[in-house]
Amino acid sequence: MDNLFAARSQMALSLGFHIVFACIGMVMPFFMAVAHFYWLRTKNILFKNITKAWSKGVAIFFATGAVSGTVLSFELGLLWPEFMKHAGPIFGMPFSLEGTAFFIEAIALGFFLYGWGRFNPWFHWVTGVIVGISGLVSGILVVAANAWMNSPAGFDYINGEYTNIDPIAAMFNDAWFSQALHMSIAAFVATGFAVAGVHALMMLKGKNIEFHRKSFKIAAIFGTVAALIQPLSGDISAKDVAERQPAKLAAMEAHFKTEKSAPLILGGIPDEENQKVDYAIKLSGFLSFLAHGDFDAEVTGLDRIPKEDHPPVAVTHYAFQIMVGLGMVMMFIAVLYLFSLWKKKNLLDQRWLLWLFVIATPMGFIAVEAGWTVTEVGRQPWIIHGVMRTADAVTPMPGIVYSFYIFTAVYLSLSLVVIFMLYRQIRMVDKLYDIPEEQHHLKR
Amino acid sequence: MLYVVIVYLWAAILLYLVMGGADFGAGIIEFFTSERNRKRTRKTLYQAIGPIWEANHMWLIIAIVILFVGFPAIYSTMSVYLHIPLTIMLLGIIARGTAFTFRHYDAVVDEMQTIYNRIFIWSSFITPLFLGIIAASAVSGHINPQATDFLSAYVFSWLSWFSVSVGFFTVAICGFLAAIYIIGETENELDKLRFRRKALIMNIAAVVLGAIVFVAAYFEGIPLLNWVFGNAVGVIAIAAATISLVLLWYLIDKGQTRLPRVLAGFQVTMILLTTTYRHFPNIVVLENGQYLSLLEHRGHDKTIEALGLALLLGSILILPALFYLIYSFQKKAASGIEH
Ligand code: HDD
Ligand code: HEM
Ligand code: HEM
Repeated sequence: MDNLFAARSQMALSLGFHIVFACIGMVMPFFMAVAHFYWLRTKNILFKNITKAWSKGVAIFFATGAVSGTVLSFELGLLWPEFMKHAGPIFGMPFSLEGTAFFIEAIALGFFLYGWGRFNPWFHWVTGVIVGISGLVSGILVVAANAWMNSPAGFDYINGEYTNIDPIAAMFNDAWFSQALHMSIAAFVATGFAVAGVHALMMLKGKNIEFHRKSFKIAAIFGTVAALIQPLSGDISAKDVAERQPAKLAAMEAHFKTEKSAPLILGGIPDEENQKVDYAIKLSGFLSFLAHGDFDAEVTGLDRIPKEDHPPVAVTHYAFQIMVGLGMVMMFIAVLYLFSLWKKKNLLDQRWLLWLFVIATPMGFIAVEAGWTVTEVGRQPWIIHGVMRTADAVTPMPGIVYSFYIFTAVYLSLSLVVIFMLYRQIRMVDKLYDIPEEQHHLKR
Repeated sequence: MLYVVIVYLWAAILLYLVMGGADFGAGIIEFFTSERNRKRTRKTLYQAIGPIWEANHMWLIIAIVILFVGFPAIYSTMSVYLHIPLTIMLLGIIARGTAFTFRHYDAVVDEMQTIYNRIFIWSSFITPLFLGIIAASAVSGHINPQATDFLSAYVFSWLSWFSVSVGFFTVAICGFLAAIYIIGETENELDKLRFRRKALIMNIAAVVLGAIVFVAAYFEGIPLLNWVFGNAVGVIAIAAATISLVLLWYLIDKGQTRLPRVLAGFQVTMILLTTTYRHFPNIVVLENGQYLSLLEHRGHDKTIEALGLALLLGSILILPALFYLIYSFQKKAASGIEH
């Protein structure tokens, strides 16, 4: 493994790990706020128990998200010092604002997790909501930084010098809105489906039915509504990409030849050597429509882009197909669920629907990882699109591959421990949370 | 605005050292606690530190963000040549943060706790050790951008007697801070005495290690004596620290708990002040005698402007909330924690 590839792998690993916790950290506070709200309103102890059970899980995720995020802020320099030297002052604005958002989040979390029974209940509720809002804001900010790498703005690049720097313009680059919107919704889809899936499984097992039914409903409504609108936001993203990064769009679609009324390719195996896609289904004109809103429009193919600027086609294409495919499946489940909700059906009579949710548990997160692969691999070989190449940004220190191995081992074991702890948490619902009276004083 | 940013950078480092340091110190104290008392110690520590734990490590992130937005050349030079200690410190941060949370949130209490505890204790030791090593390496003049072989470029940049002794000194300081902090959180006289003894040991360790730092600096040709005592600010700060130390022990014997905390923080402030004052604005010293300076190697004016504004704005939002957080839990610490 050469140094560059090792550094890229380590970056991808760390970000791919962090994003899972970031999504949960952004979204769970909203689920908790709903349950918490019902507790304060109805005084049904089950809602309090749900809030507490969730907040225990979330505390675990928060800590893991916080440390993996801290690691990232160092890794940007450890792996890409040349990039940070030039990019830091330009795209740093969102990071400096993000610091504030994180801080507020951390403070509000302190109030929320440790504040039971200590403060005015509504003050306590509000701190929970603040955790969610500031998490969402920090997610949007960091995505704005990433969007800058796709759509550099706020500086002039003349003879290798970065001049006329305007950090505010850099933050509000062309891609920030579509990416931030798509990412925020994705977080709700992924977390909603994951949480709903777990509670659906517990309902199917017939355990603590009321507890899990209520939890399921909160998560499922958030997740399914988000899943319904996600393809719309994806469409905005695609049109955006077509405009600013034709090479990425071409790689996503494995679109080798520039043509009018270009076909949308489903499945298939891209053959980069011979510039064609084998065994694919082609929907004539649909790519033109997706990218430009017109069935006849011309879509730039990879043939118009210099060879040395081609992103890896196969990975980008597969990742895109996975994301869109899973998006469609989740949208389908969402329609079924919302229909049954509207008809006021009892979910326990619709075990097949619960099973669909169980199967869909990991789908949102797989789609998130796939989506980021599209964005990041599709940007290659650039680290700053059209300005700096990834190969020129990497650290001169040799042997990154060992650090990659170490981080892989660490993140792998952390994932295992987190899953293990979550499993124990869920098993303890019986003992800790499904008691009608308020008699569970958690001792340790 | 440049100076505003620099003050924030300094303050973030200081606060990380004081608040984060007390936090690391908690693990170090646990390390030096007998098996019999560990459980109680752990509980006291948790009550004291739990609510502000997340906030504590934000200081590090603030410092890093200021560095890479405002002073990118300094950030990238340190990232390249101190890659190895930075990575070890990061592994320490991962291990510590997760172990701390896991042991308190694991729904089942069983032998996994032993593993969490062991990881927590060791990483509480390793992280500040390497933090100290990194800080010392920045000024030790061993970073050599012209080096051609791996060892001199990436290992001897940080592996020196001076850096390592500063690392151990940092560990002792953290333990001292934590012990002083915790005295005020204890519920009975016996525990109070135990932590008082811990604080004393840490204090002695810090003094001895501090002396070793000077010796190491002398042998490696680092003009530390001159940096510290070669100017009025340094001498006054050291004198103030020494006097306040005497006062601190006097107050502790009088049964005071609040003021000693402030004094311990004051001492760390003085130590950081002496070591950085003479250096300012040069925070990285290279092997060839060149410096990376906060004044010269800074980002563009517009960036500094925006960064300064963001920091000022952020503080208006953050500081009142943070004070209220600390205040509420100080006041209510006695009433126990339900969560
Ligand atoms: C639950 C997750 C999820 C789902 C169901 C979808 N996406 Fe997505 N997608 C993401 C999660 C995601 C993401 C992980 O959040 C990305 C990565 C970068 C970003 O901004 O969002 C992303 C990126 C991304 C990009 C690249 C944006 C860029 O590089 O700037 C495009 C064009 C789409 N998506 C399009 C779609 C379409 C047409 C979908 C139709 C169903 C879709 N996505 C479903
Ligand atoms: C699209 C990618 C990312 C998203 C959506 C995201 C979002 C978030 C969110 C919501 C949190 C709060 C964690 C939690 O509440 O559990 C978080 C934590 C953190 N993230 Fe990320 N992040 C992303 C990538 C990054 C990157 C690239 C960096 C580093 C430069 C980073 C640095 C951090 C840091 C330092 C924390 C810890 C803050 C704390 O202590 O609460 N993140 N991130
Ligand atoms: C959290 C969601 C993210 C995921 C899952 C992700 C994924 C990836 C992947 C797969 C790569 C490797 C690309 C390749 O080697 O072909 C990569 C590279 C990289 N990403 Fe991201 N990314 C995310 C967000 C971000 C953000 C928010 C930033 C910066 C603000 C960022 C900065 C980088 C950098 C600097 C590289 C290395 C250069 C490169 O290979 O392009 N990423 N990321």
